[in-house]
Amino acid sequence: MSRRPRLHIPHPPARPGEDPDFSYVEISPAGSVARPDPTARLRDIERSLAFEMIRVLDDNNVATGPWDPLLDPADLQIGLRHMLTTRLFDERMQRMQRQGRISFYMKSLGEEAVSVAQCMALEPSDMLFPSYRNQGLQITRGRNLVDLMCQCLSNSADMCKGRQMPIMYHWARGNIFSISGNLTTQFPQAVGWAMAAAIKGEDDIASAWIGEGASAEADFHHAMTFASVYKPPVILNIVNNQWAISTFQGFAGGENRPFAARGPGYGFPGVRVDGNDFLAVYAVTRWAAERARRGVGATLIEHVTYRADAHSTSDDPSRYRPKEEWKAWPLGDPVERLKNHMIAEGYWSEAEHEALIAELIEHVSECWEEALTYGTMTDGPQLDKNELFEDVFKDMPRHLIDQREQLRALEDD
Amino acid sequence: MAQMNMIQALNSAMNLMMARDPDVIIIGQDVGYFGGVFRATDGLQRQYGEHRVIDAPIAEGGIVGSAIGMGVNGLRPIVEIQFADYIYPGYDQLASELAKLRYRTAGDFFSPLTIRTPCGGGIRGGQTHSQSPEGIFTHVAGLKVVMPSNPYDAKGMLITAIEDDDPVIFFEPKRIYNGPFDGDPDKPAVPWSSHPKGEVPEEYYTIPLGRAEITREGSDLTVLCYGTMVHVCEAAAKAAEVDAEIVDVRSMVPLDVDTIRSSVEKTGRCVIAHEATRFSGFGAELAATVQEECFYSLEAPILRVTGWDTPYPHAFEWEYFPGQARLIAAFEKVLEAA
Repeated sequence: MSRRPRLHIPHPPARPGEDPDFSYVEISPAGSVARPDPTARLRDIERSLAFEMIRVLDDNNVATGPWDPLLDPADLQIGLRHMLTTRLFDERMQRMQRQGRISFYMKSLGEEAVSVAQCMALEPSDMLFPSYRNQGLQITRGRNLVDLMCQCLSNSADMCKGRQMPIMYHWARGNIFSISGNLTTQFPQAVGWAMAAAIKGEDDIASAWIGEGASAEADFHHAMTFASVYKPPVILNIVNNQWAISTFQGFAGGENRPFAARGPGYGFPGVRVDGNDFLAVYAVTRWAAERARRGVGATLIEHVTYRADAHSTSDDPSRYRPKEEWKAWPLGDPVERLKNHMIAEGYWSEAEHEALIAELIEHVSECWEEALTYGTMTDGPQLDKNELFEDVFKDMPRHLIDQREQLRALEDD
Repeated sequence: MAQMNMIQALNSAMNLMMARDPDVIIIGQDVGYFGGVFRATDGLQRQYGEHRVIDAPIAEGGIVGSAIGMGVNGLRPIVEIQFADYIYPGYDQLASELAKLRYRTAGDFFSPLTIRTPCGGGIRGGQTHSQSPEGIFTHVAGLKVVMPSNPYDAKGMLITAIEDDDPVIFFEPKRIYNGPFDGDPDKPAVPWSSHPKGEVPEEYYTIPLGRAEITREGSDLTVLCYGTMVHVCEAAAKAAEVDAEIVDVRSMVPLDVDTIRSSVEKTGRCVIAHEATRFSGFGAELAATVQEECFYSLEAPILRVTGWDTPYPHAFEWEYFPGQARLIAAFEKVLEAA
């Protein structure tokens, strides 16, 4: 018998120079998946929710089927506005990074619906535990773009006081937790936050996001186990955007089963949703939130989407995937799909859309100009260097007071 | 005043704090129905319910991670990690998340965890039930790290740790849970009832973190130690008839530099003792501090007596353990130096 190696190394369907191939993405027709009662027995619902794909918008941009959330036109306009704001904010910040004004940036191009639709489907008092590509949550919760820009600039108005890389926002008043560069750590934290809500008898729920690549971290499994054991009011989201920097989703185990199918493995539903379908993401979130609020337990949601741009400003995706891959992505662009739906329904027009884009570009520019008045890393108002020693502990211990004095002495020289 | 061993003192501290503050909860493996493998949480679930004394899955990373989230949501969790040797799966959550949360959010978020964990050897625990990993945590900015050496301190320091809004890693030297230990395993066990620090008030009291205590005054040399080693060092000084000043460091972060400095300035000689391995251990930090603060008072090189730089063995436990013989040799050497 030959002793050939039998190690399986996953390969993406296409590398640079090859034709994009998304035949591996299994897509259900819009409206084809039943919407079960949120209290239904897992064994009766697990297969269709995890292995099919919940979609509301069909190929003609018509909302169809039992998951249609029947949103008011006004809500759709708000959703479209938030997604466009997110996209235009991203574009501007990426450009500012290219010009050397900020050190780093990460866009969420193509994934805007995941954050915006889910945030709109939750209550303002629900606690959000974002990953690094969820700026849409901040925007949907009403955060001033100036605050986000000041964080990216590490300037005198930076909420983090210059202690975090760009995009690592937090917003205590807006109930949005701090972003960590160590992936998936927020998953068990969100579960714990929800356990505390349950212990205290409060109605708020938690929702957390990770990418599909980060589902390989131990903390994913910690969160799933604790969510299974204690049934806390939490929604756990995997944003499957196909790529973790250069590593395609097969390296996180996505070749074998949908990520959503991990939910039933732990004893609660996993729901696979078209992440570029604003209405489907909204509807699925409402279903999961109802389970949480009624004390039924946790829900895992896999948002099937595509990371349309680089991982960050530090990598060039044309080095590891076909340059035009996004154009072949079978689930389209969430902004275009919602826009076309609204136009088809008569709620919206191309002219209004263009006017909105112009308004938002102007708004983003005004915010950038205001942000600059708080300084950049090199010019204008600056953070106080003594603050470097604050907030390590609630009260500054002796050794940090000494070290602060040493820094001061250097500056006085 | 009541007589308590360390377990009873810790239990008393947690019981008092759970009664005073409904936000205090306990989570850990076997802490609930069973009351903990060392019985530290005995009876607390019966008294406060299973929503406040929570049995956890065997997943230290999940225990710490979820407790951080509970703390962010207004609770004041006490986490029990069953053995300090098991703490490493929770290390990312402790070192990257818990320790840094207040800093990275400029004070907008924090999580006031107390992590209790039994440490140290001398119980035939081998390498997975004997470790003293305090130095791994003292190196992380944002964590307070303490280790009491007796029931009275254990109770007062645990109450302070629970009330502290900063995260505290609270190491419990399990060899002395039931009584002080002088380093000689062949001697009959001594109960805490025979030791003055076994007298523990039933009621609430606190001991501030960041304060060392001189457990024996002396003039020949200073011994810096903590946990089980406090008792071993006291016994070694007595056996060697050395007038040693024993400083129970108690709190590694923050560190009581003033007490250490004034003692070494007085004696001019310093031995540092801990059970943990030597290389890059907390003793190195103590030695560097003494060198920086007291160089012109020193009459001899600073010596360290520690566990060997090997894993904690099962068979040769007492060869590994930094016992009286090695301490006495160090005392003699530091006293001989000109």
